[in-house]
Amino acid sequence: MSTATSFMPSGTVYGVLLNFRGEVQALAPHMSEPPYKAPPKAPILYIKPANTWSAHGAAIVVPAKVPQVEVGATIAMVIGQDVQAARADTALESVAGYVLMNDLSIPHTSFYRPPVKYKCLDGFLGVGQALVAAQAAGDPSRFTLAVYINGLLTQSVNFANLVRNAAQLLADVSEFMTLRRGDVLTLGCDAGRPLAQAGDRIDISAPGFATLSNTLVAEETA
Amino acid sequence: MKHARIVLDGIAHDATERDGQLLLADGRLVAPGAVTWLPPLSATPRPRTIFALGLNYADHAKELAFKAPEEPLVFLKSESTLTGNRSFTRRPAGVQFMHYECELTVVVGRTARKVKRDDAYDFIAGYTVANDYAIRDYLENWYRPNLRVKNRDACTPLGPWRVDAADIANPMALALQTTVNGLVTQSGNTQGMIFDVPFLIEYFSSFMTLQPGDLILTGTPDGVVDCLPGDVIVTEIEGIGALTNTIEQGPA
Repeated sequence: MSTATSFMPSGTVYGVLLNFRGEVQALAPHMSEPPYKAPPKAPILYIKPANTWSAHGAAIVVPAKVPQVEVGATIAMVIGQDVQAARADTALESVAGYVLMNDLSIPHTSFYRPPVKYKCLDGFLGVGQALVAAQAAGDPSRFTLAVYINGLLTQSVNFANLVRNAAQLLADVSEFMTLRRGDVLTLGCDAGRPLAQAGDRIDISAPGFATLSNTLVAEETA
Repeated sequence: MKHARIVLDGIAHDATERDGQLLLADGRLVAPGAVTWLPPLSATPRPRTIFALGLNYADHAKELAFKAPEEPLVFLKSESTLTGNRSFTRRPAGVQFMHYECELTVVVGRTARKVKRDDAYDFIAGYTVANDYAIRDYLENWYRPNLRVKNRDACTPLGPWRVDAADIANPMALALQTTVNGLVTQSGNTQGMIFDVPFLIEYFSSFMTLQPGDLILTGTPDGVVDCLPGDVIVTEIEGIGALTNTIEQGPA
């Protein structure tokens, strides 16, 4: 596989929490309790900075003190032109295309504080090898993906189950900040995120996309 | 030396400070009021990582009714929220509480991975001033402070100058102050940080690699007040500079 043609983001990569109904259902009993006190209103975003980006095929280092990582398989929108206060009915016109992502996290149960130490480790975002142009990709609510760990199917995701569909997510995010050309916004990661550990191979496949594969390797300790 | 990034006649330039004026690379000396100021940063090959600290001064944590954190409360920002000196920042219509935060900002100078605090200063290129505005009406208890509060367009003025690290003898003993329309509303000293700059570099680099051009906004002391359209906010740090911003009315 040529790496010269691999896609890598040129802007900021934003992830979104609780954008699958299954995630919301799992947390719903606790949403009105401390520390949250109320269900979320605006989209809950986090940033996956450039140090997290791993190419397709790359080995991703798992810290020695972390027994398992959570696999956040998703598809992300790559912004083709600046999006500011977009309307949902036209927002998708600003999407250049879509890319598979493996949004890894150290498992954590509280979503009260920003998850930098859980989500921003070096290499913790596998990035699909190619952007699929928006026209070729079609309606994002028809996307599906499958996660295989060491060849075994461990999760199936259907993007018909989003809280905010792609267009509504763009509208609601661009209400409070501009998404710039080159920025990337994921559609979120469903509940039931599989765990994986050093030595595992993770393959994320989706119709119309080239499979995204990464292996997890143990941190070398001195 | 003090570095700036400015636009003059539609062209972006690097500049340095000379006698309160801007010295361009071509030798022209320009008045500070004659240019558009950009954040005083060099371009990076990939988007820079921008860390910002919450509740990193004991007095501010107390002011907001929090106990001091046991580990840094950090969130990330994107470049779209940065703006330069003498710019305008919008207060959305209907908002009840929008406040400034004067913050010492570290500019990373070298790739930093698993750096020990005793070596941390070797990885710093320089310092600048940030005004890390927050619009508290939009706070939600999910990944708090959430991006709707902290990552709005042009809500993080930065500058005017980036000062070389060698010119700041002790960044942990600098006076900070903010004025609103000329009246002092916030004053403190970087001595009041809970987690100091060497600690923060050791902490972040223990689990992620810092790259040249990455920024660390180190939090603000107490004395934050509501800012209204038309207010002129000047956040100033001793030896680094005075960053001016004006609030303008935005749509809802």
